[in-house]
Amino acid sequence: MDVFLQILVAGFLKGGLYALIGIGMTLIMGVMGIINLAHGQLMMVAMYVTFVLHSFFGVDPYLSLFVAMPALFLLGVVIQKYLLNPLIKAETILPENQVLMTVGIGMVLTEVIRFIFKSDYKSVTTSYTGATFFLGSISFSWALVVAFGIAVAFTVAMFFFLIKTDLGRSIRATAQDKDAAILMGVNTRRITVITFGLGTALVACAGTLLVPVYYVFPDLGGPFTAKAFIITILGGLGSTVGAIFGGVTLGLAESLGATYLGMEYEDIVGLTIFVLVLLFLPGGFKRLTKV
Amino acid sequence: MKKRLYPLILLAVLAGFPLVVEDNYYQHLMILFLMWVVIGSAWNMIAGYTGQVSFGDAAFFGSGAYAAGLLAHHLHVSAWWGMAIGGLAALAVGFPFGWICFRLRGAYFALATLALNEVLRHGTTIAESFTRGMLGIMIMPTFVSKVPYYYIALGMAVVSVLSVRLLIRSKPGYYFVSIREDQDAAESLGIDTHFYKMLSLAFAAFWTGMAGSLYMNYMGFIDPHVVFSLHDISIMAILVGIVGGVGTVYGPTVGAFIMVAVQEMFRSGFFGLFKFLAETTGSESVRALADVLTKGHVLGFGLLVVLVILVLPNGIVGDWDKIKKKVFRIHSPA
Amino acid sequence: MAYFKVESLVKYFGGLAAVNGVSFEVAKGEIFGLIGPNGSGKTTTFNMISGYHRPTSGRVIFKGREIHHLKTYKICKLGIGRTFQVVKPLGRMSVLDNVIAAAFSRVNTMAEARELAQKSIEFCGLSHVRDVLAKSLPIAGRKRLEITRAMATQPELLLLDETAAGLNPTELIEAIDLIKKIRDNGTTIVIIEHIMHVIMTISDRIHAINFGQTIAEGTPVEVARNQAVIEAYLGTDYA
Repeated sequence: MDVFLQILVAGFLKGGLYALIGIGMTLIMGVMGIINLAHGQLMMVAMYVTFVLHSFFGVDPYLSLFVAMPALFLLGVVIQKYLLNPLIKAETILPENQVLMTVGIGMVLTEVIRFIFKSDYKSVTTSYTGATFFLGSISFSWALVVAFGIAVAFTVAMFFFLIKTDLGRSIRATAQDKDAAILMGVNTRRITVITFGLGTALVACAGTLLVPVYYVFPDLGGPFTAKAFIITILGGLGSTVGAIFGGVTLGLAESLGATYLGMEYEDIVGLTIFVLVLLFLPGGFKRLTKV
Repeated sequence: MKKRLYPLILLAVLAGFPLVVEDNYYQHLMILFLMWVVIGSAWNMIAGYTGQVSFGDAAFFGSGAYAAGLLAHHLHVSAWWGMAIGGLAALAVGFPFGWICFRLRGAYFALATLALNEVLRHGTTIAESFTRGMLGIMIMPTFVSKVPYYYIALGMAVVSVLSVRLLIRSKPGYYFVSIREDQDAAESLGIDTHFYKMLSLAFAAFWTGMAGSLYMNYMGFIDPHVVFSLHDISIMAILVGIVGGVGTVYGPTVGAFIMVAVQEMFRSGFFGLFKFLAETTGSESVRALADVLTKGHVLGFGLLVVLVILVLPNGIVGDWDKIKKKVFRIHSPA
Repeated sequence: MAYFKVESLVKYFGGLAAVNGVSFEVAKGEIFGLIGPNGSGKTTTFNMISGYHRPTSGRVIFKGREIHHLKTYKICKLGIGRTFQVVKPLGRMSVLDNVIAAAFSRVNTMAEARELAQKSIEFCGLSHVRDVLAKSLPIAGRKRLEITRAMATQPELLLLDETAAGLNPTELIEAIDLIKKIRDNGTTIVIIEHIMHVIMTISDRIHAINFGQTIAEGTPVEVARNQAVIEAYLGTDYA
């Protein structure tokens, strides 16, 4: 029973970070109508930013949030403005050109990082990396709990931003009906640029929070893109609330799968969920809750 | 009239190639080129003509390769029997997949193909007792010379391109393009869109699987990371399709030639040019550059994806008029 | 037995009734007008007849056969053609290829399809733009392409959804002539139209709906005088 609870706690905490990754993805999905297949790779870049700040300048990973997030916001803005938006106008036969472009961007990011840092696994060890505390017989990793707290804070802030601010409303309007938003005077090009930046900044936040408890290596982008993509499918494309559910579900499922089936099944669990959702619940959780 | 002759001239050149060029290395490259013509044509059918973009061609390629390999490995029959099975195995994977995924529209299909490939890659890695997992499967090549493989590949390339040509000038071809252009309109014109999408996918899966089993026979070795590779198979297939020309009969042929050349260029550091330069000049920086180029073939691929989509979204054949205008400043009569 | 019959059709989207109990019968060979203000449920009715939406309840009967559970392409094969209010040209195909694709619903070889398409193009007067890409046609051309394409599927019953909207006066006259010609050729027509002048001139009978329900049916003159119809279009002040 304790083992089971322990697994649930670990999965839930991990799920908080996944939710943050998923929200970034689903924001982009909602506004642009595309799946960003460079999402995990952008997170990987953020992790290297944090890694460099820590190992060369001794900056604490949590402090480097203030560098990594704005930096990745800018990177996201540049990508959207100069690589994705020009494709909207182009006369092409394939509708998926933007998605394909994100695949290319992901490859470039991974390989550039590999050139600079080689393929080695790097890790950032802080005073709290291994620290835990106990509630009853269940152990909690400090780093994961703090990460979970920050992730929740950012999620709440994001909701507040989307619902209460003018910019947030414009983003939601663009996501719901682009043409109508244009008619209402929303500069949708600017909105797509800002949204991509925001989505990237959120995943950068998740990446930075992962640094103290995870390895950093160039190829981690791909698997995390896959996770982000499974979370969004699970939650329903474009649904923010769905992304939170999706993130937590994936976190729990992975923990359970890794413990009871074996480590090599961790990735399979996500894919299985994906296939099941596709088969039995196309549209994801959004279908059930209508949010 | 002249235009009709081009394919025949090309065919004559290709048929005579191994008789003239006996160098193993170039024969090898040409076999790869022909294999990619098959895969590119297959991808072009489902993505270019039918508008259902596949991001996971490796799933079919790998199924074909493993079907041939496993048959030879477990039953010890000649891998050429596996060749006949390869296409069918890919069909067996593609059919239920398409049945499920074509109920969903748009980006779902593209992403589901990606997931399908991941499932198969993980699956073959884990099922060690049956597939030998990461150890891979090795079989003895039937021929020592590359020439027989060359002609088999040439035969497959010709038949696949011809079948594309035949198909798109008949009822199914018209239906594929109609589905790409507007699925609702297509339904209203009496087109069973689900059936025809399945037909197009079946074509693509079959030929990609055939290419996979050819690969198994020719290379003699496969493992999950080689044949279910996102970069080296799935993305390469898309690039072959796009660079040459989306939705054109000969586009994939052009694309395959260019992409195999580009791939080899990166792999060999511009066909050994940089290595040669480094050795003759003895310069350390040139040597380092050669090193970087050789290692950077995935980076080069990534950059190529980005550039091609930005500049030539419809490929060399598809954007030919645009290229003529921009590069050669020739204005074709409207 | 009615040639074509719609029986208390109901369609809910979520909790909202778009169509709420519409019934009418169409006789073979007539032009039957379907009118009503914006959002009254006309296009939804068409979408149910042609199989894009499943009715929440009610039946659609064509030549004695229930068709409301059939898929769109099967309904086309049974002989019901349609055009779209928001035109859906197969953009990167030529006009001829658009129509050939449609003709393949009746024949299987290229030669036959081409011949059938040519006939349809000549009949509808699009010969001069035969080799033009569909996406480069002006709106009048696109509307006409919709009809040409539908005609190439050799329908017995043709559903026309606002084919006259957005046309200039000359084009309007041409459109009216074409619709009459199609009827004279033996095709029964159900037409949705907003331009009163058009629907009043060509319809044999008119069925008016509002808020998804029938408010009147009769000859053009009867419907034009109907109190409920006037209220629906002009508001109660004018009635």
